[in-house]
Amino acid sequence: MKLGRVIGRVVCTQKMECFDGLKLLLVQPVDENGKEAGAALVAFDTARAGEGDLVFFEAGKEAAQANPNGWFNPGDAAIIGIVDAVNVAGGPATGGKPATGVSRT
Amino acid sequence: MTLARVVANVVSTEKHPHYKGQKILVVQPVDPEGKPKGRSLLAVDGVQAGIGDLVLVVDEGGSARAVIGDESLVTIRTAICGIVDRVDIDDGRRAP
Repeated sequence: MKLGRVIGRVVCTQKMECFDGLKLLLVQPVDENGKEAGAALVAFDTARAGEGDLVFFEAGKEAAQANPNGWFNPGDAAIIGIVDAVNVAGGPATGGKPATGVSRT
Repeated sequence: MTLARVVANVVSTEKHPHYKGQKILVVQPVDPEGKPKGRSLLAVDGVQAGIGDLVLVVDEGGSARAVIGDESLVTIRTAICGIVDRVDIDDGRRAP
């Protein structure tokens, strides 16, 4: 799993049936401090996420398993949850939209 | 398995049902000397780890589900499977 920020939505009419009814979102991987970490990717959504949300996503074959239309599909990234807060030792927390749940440990 | 340092915890209400009740931590992979190596990732905790702990992380689905003890949680891929007490290196140096 990795943290990511939803930065956009991908709309596709012509697509495989296994993606019917699923939202495709553009996700920018970030680290625990909210800094960009790698190239943006497209993930299908299982957690009712939207633009601006901090999320965590799964990549690889486990992502395909999260597809509610069945496990046999070519999905390689799935948004698994929406992050309420990230508590970093000795630093401000990031999460939600905009940053909420600030705490120090 | 890789060595990693727990650097943060993640709170999430809206998430996939497989993750209900699981503690999710941000881990930063480190080398045997304790220096950060590569990008951080999220792992489900199977051993009551906390922020600051040096841990062992498995990033493979079958192993992760074995750590959690539930083969049906098929969307989980990464898990913490041990808390490291110490690392003894051949030349006598020791990780912090």
